Amino acid sequence: MTKQTASQTIGPFFHHILIPREYGQPDFPGATMVTPQTAGEHIRIQGRICDGDGQPVDPALIEIWQADANGRYAHSADTRAEIEQDKNFTGFGRAVTDAEGRFVFDTVKPGAVPDPGNALQAPHINVTIFARGMDVHLFTRLYFTDENEANAIDPVLNSVAQTRRPTLLATRSEDGGRITYAFEITMHGENETVFFDA
Amino acid sequence: MTLEHNYKPRDWKVHPPVTDAERDAGNPRKPRQPMVPLSHTLSEITGPVYGHGALASGDDDLTRNAVRNGEPLGERIIVSGRVLDEDGRPLPDALIEIWQANAAGRYAHDGDGHDAPIDPNFMGTGRCVTDKDGRYRFTTIRPGSYPLPFGDNLWRPAHIHYSLFGPSFVSRLITQSYFPGDPLLEFDAMYNSIPDQGARDRLIATFDRHAGTPGFALGYVFDIVLRGRNATPLES
Ligand SMILES: [Fe+2]
Repeated sequence: MTKQTASQTIGPFFHHILIPREYGQPDFPGATMVTPQTAGEHIRIQGRICDGDGQPVDPALIEIWQADANGRYAHSADTRAEIEQDKNFTGFGRAVTDAEGRFVFDTVKPGAVPDPGNALQAPHINVTIFARGMDVHLFTRLYFTDENEANAIDPVLNSVAQTRRPTLLATRSEDGGRITYAFEITMHGENETVFFDA
Repeated sequence: MTLEHNYKPRDWKVHPPVTDAERDAGNPRKPRQPMVPLSHTLSEITGPVYGHGALASGDDDLTRNAVRNGEPLGERIIVSGRVLDEDGRPLPDALIEIWQANAAGRYAHDGDGHDAPIDPNFMGTGRCVTDKDGRYRFTTIRPGSYPLPFGDNLWRPAHIHYSLFGPSFVSRLITQSYFPGDPLLEFDAMYNSIPDQGARDRLIATFDRHAGTPGFALGYVFDIVLRGRNATPLES
């Protein structure tokens, strides 16, 4: 059997390839995941990543992967032909933190997707975190505060100690028609975000 | 629904630990709580797809993709290899993004304060997608070492950074390759963060006389292995 190749840190100097916008090149891909044609509720994720002392983690690379508004993933392993996949949405986004540890994604609110037992999972976004000083990337999930009913029976959320579940919730607000979800990632300490061994 | 497969776990004998109790004591960036196990669902076994059409031609040649007024300086090399899974299956259509310092050990990055010359004809970034046999190939310049901003004249061994997307969200990997015989490896905290010596050795690219281009570039081979699939299907 072949062995996995070891992970190594992303280091500080990844921007010119992974976030080429900062060097005047088109992003590939970027943090704007929608066009006007993309179906569903358009939302902005306003994130922040901090260490245990409340200091911003800079630079960090945040990647997200999600289903479209119908709950369909743009991938061949999602074989549910009965659910139409939005051709105007890939579901993948990439952003870098600024000096305050902030990051932004413009996307749509995902629909619910099934778990292996065919129960519906609550709508969620899959999140990957890479940062200077971290030798391996971390996985977490973003859930939505306006999905209380679905969240209450979500098998993944229910696998997490109740006191720690709030770290996975993004808080909804509406301002002038723009829907924003605030999402805090805390690397360490009292409100340490739940990271998954996915 | 029935899932055809899920993915083997990350091999923690191979990967550096998320938090090393000794090294990371007092490090506010490192989580202290154990990770919560997550069974794979559609969310984990799907992932972003980038075909060959997504790339500009020449993205895989770092000696040409940023030329302004001449050729980049330094020793031309060809780095090639295969992307496989743990069962030795080649992974086609895997996106690889690389970045590296120039021959003098300087990144074309605004944040790099190392006092070594910038090469106006070298950006140090490239992309390619593996072919049907999982093969990739970059033409580039051998990167120089560079000092770390702390420690007693500690320099990083020469290295190339790689970012890979395999077939799923959980097969994502960022890693680095090193060069054989580099005396700095022994002192490098990143290389030595890997628990297993065999896994460290596999990050050292192999010099291969036949993997270069005669009279033009020397060749190094670096194979990359992503997580494999479990044989047992998950049943609903
Ligand atoms: Fe580096």
